[in-house]
Amino acid sequence: MSDAIADNAAVTAQNVTVAYGSRVVQSGLSFTVRKGDIFIIMGGSGCGKSSLLRVLMGLTPPAQGAVYYGKENFWGAPVKEREAIMRRTGVMFQSGALWTSRTLAENVALPLEYYTSLSPREIRDIAAFKLALVGLAGFEDFYPSEISGGMRKRAGLARALALDPDVVYFDEPSAGLDPVSAARLDELILQLRDTLGMTVVVVTHELASIFTIANNSVFLDAKTKTMIAGGDPHELLKSGPDDVVEFLTRGKGRDRGGIA
Amino acid sequence: MQPTFDITARQGELVVSASGAWEKTSLAACPGTCETFTSRALSAMQGDVRAVRLIAPELEGWDSPLLAAFHTIAREAFSRGLSVDVSGLPDGMAPMLDMALAVPPRDQGVKKTEPGFLEMLGEKCLAWPGITLDVVNFIGEVSQSMARFFTGRASCSSRDMWNVLRECGVDALPIVTLTSLLLGLILAFVSSMQLKLFGAEIYVASLVGVSMVRVMGPVLTGIVLSGRTGASFAAVIGSMQVNEEVDALTGFGISPTDFLVLPRVLGLAVMTPLLTLYADVAGMAGGFLVGVLMLGIAPASYLANTLEFLTMSYVWIGLLHALVFGFIISLCGCYQGIRCGRNASAVGRATTSAVVSSIVGIIVATSVITIIFTVLDL
Repeated sequence: MSDAIADNAAVTAQNVTVAYGSRVVQSGLSFTVRKGDIFIIMGGSGCGKSSLLRVLMGLTPPAQGAVYYGKENFWGAPVKEREAIMRRTGVMFQSGALWTSRTLAENVALPLEYYTSLSPREIRDIAAFKLALVGLAGFEDFYPSEISGGMRKRAGLARALALDPDVVYFDEPSAGLDPVSAARLDELILQLRDTLGMTVVVVTHELASIFTIANNSVFLDAKTKTMIAGGDPHELLKSGPDDVVEFLTRGKGRDRGGIA
Repeated sequence: MQPTFDITARQGELVVSASGAWEKTSLAACPGTCETFTSRALSAMQGDVRAVRLIAPELEGWDSPLLAAFHTIAREAFSRGLSVDVSGLPDGMAPMLDMALAVPPRDQGVKKTEPGFLEMLGEKCLAWPGITLDVVNFIGEVSQSMARFFTGRASCSSRDMWNVLRECGVDALPIVTLTSLLLGLILAFVSSMQLKLFGAEIYVASLVGVSMVRVMGPVLTGIVLSGRTGASFAAVIGSMQVNEEVDALTGFGISPTDFLVLPRVLGLAVMTPLLTLYADVAGMAGGFLVGVLMLGIAPASYLANTLEFLTMSYVWIGLLHALVFGFIISLCGCYQGIRCGRNASAVGRATTSAVVSSIVGIIVATSVITIIFTVLDL
């Protein structure tokens, strides 16, 4: 199977089925996230986007099928190797998921303390830099409970970037952010891709972000429980299936003209 | 190539230069390079230096540590009012630094310092009146809520109530059986060693019966329940507090006291006496086993001796203990849960305090009740 994988693939899903026990959420998912892609997982609410994300990032095994990192079968690999792969990925969880008993700087520093031989001062500088990168300079010694929800999200991103990962997963990054912060986050995502060559996988509904940042995508459908389209969203808008076009244009109209 | 750096000041301009391999993996071979680099650059920023130029010629590789070092240097330079030139950095590094420096650091104000021993002692003492008032307030709220309930003006969901009754009652039966049966065994065993000296083994029966029913049964049940149920009350309500679920209730105009505390307090007030009765029986069964099987007392005379000394007033006193304990455990658990902080370790602290305070409460209440009934000569 693995020889079918392209050389520039960062993450590949082959015929993946996502299920909770016997309840199948999505099946027959096959797609490739190329290195340097900004890949969007889209679809209506409850269609299994976040569940797919959990499978890709290695938190829950797929009911069927395989996930490849490069050419390595993730779920077929021994635990040690899986951990090594997971160290090269970063995750920004939906609500930040910061460790509440640690300050923001300590949150970013923890993975660095575990996996690098840098001195405390160097780690502290890196943590301050990552926090500054997401616009949280000067908040190093705050606890997650002392800052707002949007700031917690951004701190979650700073932590996801701690180990300079190859692949970063975002679960609904712009939900709960004001338009300016959301746009800034998009800009940051593009910047990270361009400068560090990161591969970015995003679960989002936010059309503004989809069209600003994405160059690849997969569209999950809740009714047929499988993917009905994939590829560059700009292309999908022109020649995709009706449901996808509706998804991509309905919201656009709403963005311009308010709820009506 | 090894990571190398060079810091030179000429004509008011400080040139900070890094070259070689600066990835985390190469830095691991020469630890401390990055730290030295940063601190040298920072200490060179003095005298007539008016501008800082960051350059990185012949840079082979880089990631976070070097970026972070440049960031620290640039930020310090800005805070000293120096101009910073990043145009000599490789593609990608400059835009990242610009992004990081775009938002000025928040003014942290006065940094909190670690309090000394005396300060902590003082703060704890000063906090006492506030805590006491808070506890009294809480008890007041619960009393009002109960008054509303019994006059039919407060509803508490019957499903919650049944859940509490099942969780702290039925589900606790196995552990209560085990502990009280063993306690009965122990009491019988230890007392028989002394009573044997007087040839009065028969009194093991009444000793076990009276002590189980009057005080040991309720205390044992109370301690089991405070570890089992009080802790879970604090943890459940505490995590609801962390998730803002309690605020969500208040937001709908539903009193958290009515909705969360009332069913638990009432449930435990009903269940503790019932469990205590059960524990009394199990404890006496333990004593019976020792008396009949080991001391050779006839079953009939064991029962007769028990019934002779065990009066109804002991049963009532025991049940009064249990009722009081039920209130203490549920109030401690719910109070700690409702007043829980907003992070994971606060839930842990709340659970610990709930168990500790309810056990202390149980012991204190037992002493008070015992003194009262001794004075009343019951």
